[in-house]
Amino acid sequence: MLQLKDLTLTVEGENGPHNILNDVSLTVEDKKFIVITGPNGGGKTTLAKVIMGLATPTAGQILWNGEDVTDLDIAQRAKKGISYGFQQPPRFKGMKVRDLLQIAAGRKLNHAEACSYLTKVGLCARDYVDRDVDTSLSGGEVKRIEIATVLAKDADLMIFDEPEAGIDLWSFAKLTETFRELHDRQEKTIIIISHQERIIKLADEIVLIAGGQIQHKGPAGDMYDKIMAQVVAGCNKLV
Amino acid sequence: MLNEIQKRILQEVADLANVPESGAVNIRSNGKKAFRRNTDNIIIESKSDKDGIDIHIKPFTKKENVHIPVVVTETDRHDVVYNDFFIGEGAEVKIVAGCGIHNCGDCDSSHDGIHTFHVGRNAKVTYVEKHYGEGEGTGKKILNPQTVLYLEEGASVTLETVQIKGVDDTKRYTKAVLGENAELVVQEKLLTHGEQYAESEMDVFLNGKDARTRVVSRSVAQDKSVQLFYPRVEGNAACFGHVACDAIIMGEAKVRAIPEITCNHVDAGLVHEAAIGKIAGEQILKLMTLGLTAEEAEEKILEGFLR
Ligand SMILES: Nc1ncnc2c1ncn2[C@@H]1O[C@H](COP(=O)(O)OP(=O)(O)OP(=O)(O)O)[C@@H](O)[C@H]1O
Ligand SMILES: [Mg+2]
Repeated sequence: MLQLKDLTLTVEGENGPHNILNDVSLTVEDKKFIVITGPNGGGKTTLAKVIMGLATPTAGQILWNGEDVTDLDIAQRAKKGISYGFQQPPRFKGMKVRDLLQIAAGRKLNHAEACSYLTKVGLCARDYVDRDVDTSLSGGEVKRIEIATVLAKDADLMIFDEPEAGIDLWSFAKLTETFRELHDRQEKTIIIISHQERIIKLADEIVLIAGGQIQHKGPAGDMYDKIMAQVVAGCNKLV
Repeated sequence: MLNEIQKRILQEVADLANVPESGAVNIRSNGKKAFRRNTDNIIIESKSDKDGIDIHIKPFTKKENVHIPVVVTETDRHDVVYNDFFIGEGAEVKIVAGCGIHNCGDCDSSHDGIHTFHVGRNAKVTYVEKHYGEGEGTGKKILNPQTVLYLEEGASVTLETVQIKGVDDTKRYTKAVLGENAELVVQEKLLTHGEQYAESEMDVFLNGKDARTRVVSRSVAQDKSVQLFYPRVEGNAACFGHVACDAIIMGEAKVRAIPEITCNHVDAGLVHEAAIGKIAGEQILKLMTLGLTAEEAEEKILEGFLR
């Protein structure tokens, strides 16, 4: 179980201190599949980074399986089963796709195993395993390889940050299929940050974040219609 | 014939556990010939006027290897060697040179290898040169290789140079003259640490029509080490050349890269790129999310970069 307690992240802005996250509390039960959505700049990525240890909260606590992990570093959290797929993944000169997948899996992968993760994100595996994860890959390719590394890590908690971003229709269909399988197998706790209706609709629960706060959360069915109604009304706060 | 230290050095510089079972071989140890074997197609002869060997590779020799490692294990030894390669038309060979110094003493040890290649028409050569130094003494391990290449029409040479460990001071000079339709690929890999100094200077002359070169230099400078790159390419015909210097800088190291391209022909197309920077923080963070510590992440990134 993941418990976020009163997380606040304050930065010094031009007009004084500014809360990117403001008193965020959230509990995600084991094996649940939740989607976080909300307007750009709302604080979604920051929240994910705080959970992974990539950003440090000014106040609050993160409990994972009952243990306080707030002071653990990224690698320590990774070893405890937390994983995160970057919204904007970095590239590596000289590192091959297969190397990255092997680091993620924590062991040597044979060709078929390495390929299977790539197939799950809609990449024709044969063409990619031995390529460098450098600037020769397109944005959508790097993004899909990033998702594949999270799948290869196979952690108990997987956080994906806008997995759909920059991905073509065909790969998106494959990706949605992969997320649906993850959902149906109910073996992992999944948090997906997304703006996509088809992903949002997979969720057991939707969390709407805006202005650094959780504005609303609830089951996917009614939430999506409520959000859309608010979007149409030109407002991103649910009342 | 070889002691344990010599064997280990051989492993480092030539990937040889012992004397290779096939192909031509010449092992030089502390300034003397330690072993030699010729094949039907490859004849190695000692020079009579100065230190070094002539290596004759018959035309149309196919898929043979030549190993010519050098091992220095004495302190205060200063070796200067001239090796000349005569590679016949249409031959296809891989030549593995390399020098390892084990210096336990307090005097400097050095090896200056001057290698000249005459590469015949349509011959294909891969030349691998690895440099390695070890030993606890305060004496410096110094290597100053010179490689001079003459490529006839249609000849193709891939030059791989690797220096990853233990060489305190190195000045490398490479010169290549390319005829019509000849091709030169240079892949340079270098890691310096401590207070080491490494310099690599290169002149490539693209003299023949459709001559091509690609120079890729990847280096890592750690601690207080200093590196200097000076690759120059001159296009004197309709030709193509690309030079890329890419360096990762760490600690208090200093790296200077000064690529120079000169076009003396309207159809010469030459490009250079040079980038020096530290490891991107995002890369380390990403690998940490996969469970590596910051140190392990750094190691993986450097390993990939220099592979
Ligand atoms: N280190 C920082 N310093 C100052 N402001 C920051 C910092 N990091 C993020 N922000 C700001 O915090 C807000 C939330 O950013 P965040 O990336 O979490 O948004 P998001 O909800 O993921 O948006 P998007 O949908 O565009 O990905 C933004 O206004 C952003 O500019
Ligand atoms: Mg974001």
